[in-house]
Amino acid sequence: MSAVVTARGVAKDFPSGDGTIRVLHGIDLSVRSGEMLLLVGPSGCGKTTLISILAGILSATEGAIEVLGQDVRHLTPSAAARFRRETVGFIFQQYNLLPSLTAAENAAIPLVIRGERLDRAARKARAVLDGLGMGAHADKLPKQLSGGQMQRVAIARALVHEPPFIVCDEPTAALDAASGHEAMRQLRESAVRPGRAVVVVTHDPRVYGFADRIARMEDGRIVELAEDAAAIRRMTEH
Amino acid sequence: MIRIALRMLTGDTAKYVGLIGGVAFAVMLMAQQASIFVGLMLRTAAQVIDVVDADLWVMDPRVIYVEEIEPLPESALWRVRGVAGVDWATPFFKGLTVARAPDGRLQQVFVLGVDDASLAGGPPVMLQGSVEDLRRPGAIVIDRVGALFIWPGEEPAPGKMLEMADRRATVVGIAEASAPFTTFPVIYTRYSEALRFAPPPRKPLSYILVRAQAGEDIDALAERITAETGLLALRWQDFAWRTIRYYLTRTGIPINFGITVALGFIVGAAVVGQTFMIFVLENLRQFGALKAMGVSNGTLLRMVLAQAGAVAAIGYGLGIGLAAVFFEVTGRTNVDLRGFFLPWWVAAIVAFAVVVIILVASVASIRKALTLDPAVVFK
Repeated sequence: MSAVVTARGVAKDFPSGDGTIRVLHGIDLSVRSGEMLLLVGPSGCGKTTLISILAGILSATEGAIEVLGQDVRHLTPSAAARFRRETVGFIFQQYNLLPSLTAAENAAIPLVIRGERLDRAARKARAVLDGLGMGAHADKLPKQLSGGQMQRVAIARALVHEPPFIVCDEPTAALDAASGHEAMRQLRESAVRPGRAVVVVTHDPRVYGFADRIARMEDGRIVELAEDAAAIRRMTEH
Repeated sequence: MIRIALRMLTGDTAKYVGLIGGVAFAVMLMAQQASIFVGLMLRTAAQVIDVVDADLWVMDPRVIYVEEIEPLPESALWRVRGVAGVDWATPFFKGLTVARAPDGRLQQVFVLGVDDASLAGGPPVMLQGSVEDLRRPGAIVIDRVGALFIWPGEEPAPGKMLEMADRRATVVGIAEASAPFTTFPVIYTRYSEALRFAPPPRKPLSYILVRAQAGEDIDALAERITAETGLLALRWQDFAWRTIRYYLTRTGIPINFGITVALGFIVGAAVVGQTFMIFVLENLRQFGALKAMGVSNGTLLRMVLAQAGAVAAIGYGLGIGLAAVFFEVTGRTNVDLRGFFLPWWVAAIVAFAVVVIILVASVASIRKALTLDPAVVFK
């Protein structure tokens, strides 16, 4: 399988007092087409910083990042915005749905950002919501939805513009076990397909089983890579 | 995205109403305070403004406002009439006296004496009776609100009697006059009657009203009158401004009231600015999510400006409407507040102020959104 995302020697420094603090140390990672990779590890190990860099939100201090052959590290702010708009689908831990928009309208936002009219984009988003079993809730506001339903709207929003790269930050953190499992199942079913890479940041071992590979991070480094079912099972048991 | 921005604005009804209400309140405060100040200043020149048939007011050069009269000799009238370009020049008396109602009630009144022959300088708007009735002996026309002061609870009407300087005066008409600064009733009568009703100084002629001949350049005529007679000739607008300037520069009114107006603007600006800024800051996380999903800074700026424009337009419309309703209602129901109105240019200045305030608040708050690290959505 070809790599959608490739990171080589990625390091990231943040300002701290008079100097800087390095939170990522020479990360080498590739995410392949059609796979779901889980980034796991304790809080503060650099998972979120790494997906922010891979998604073109933060720029790396050192190293090279390519997404579908495009150099992501040296993008200007406007080019980075265009890259995210065209290439990346986002699923946030807190969903970040706009409270005044319906589920369909929320799911349609990436299309609107790309220039489509809201009503037409919402019609397309409705079809994606249907696929996620949310058709009956398409006209509801976020406050009328449960946590699991909101997460499914967030998944629809990440998929609606069919991006080749999807990043998810702790998608099950705000959900109970059953809802979290269901959200991961739907994410796996709807998002993972040839030509697309999905990276999920999580520290919820109950969802490790959905992964094709798992990269475990500690102190800004990838310390273990589980690349087959047996390795993933071992990591889950630990 | 503009539609989404407007939906974000109206999504939370309570916040939206609070935002619009805050702007509307601030606009009303600014417009109302500024208009009352303007109305108060216009009252100082009410009797100048009400003389509609003269082009020029001629007076002693030492006169600095309409109440500070330096009487002119009768010969001044003839000298002015002799200036080329003068169509007519008439005497105008302005004095104060005490009127006694039949029930013994006393009331200080303005007495305005207009030319016996032409009645030039008479009441601007007659509500009852005719200006021509002033030709009858002892006839006076009184302003509507002044009549209410003298005969409270009675409908203003011709036929009522007054005594001024022990002489009987008969009301022959009711006029609408601009509210004077001191709110005394305004009584119009002929010049010769005025000298009997209001004890005159040695020289009784207060002002000379001049109408220019057709096609005459009024400013040139004013300069010619001044050059040939040594008297000061002013357009009514200039005399009104001279009077207003006196109150602005020589009394404490502008400072005291100006502070109130300034406070109105400061409080208004603070309410508008802070309310909008809080709204944007509360939505910062949503802006961050949009930014993470690829919304450019330019689009974010347009979104915030669209929200600001909507808030400003709706809030301004409501606030200015409330201010207009305030003046309409108080003008009808309270005679002390008549004559106060919302000048169009005050509305325009307030609109400009709201735009500036909203823009400053938008720029201050959007700066946070533009410099926002989109990674905030992962935190």
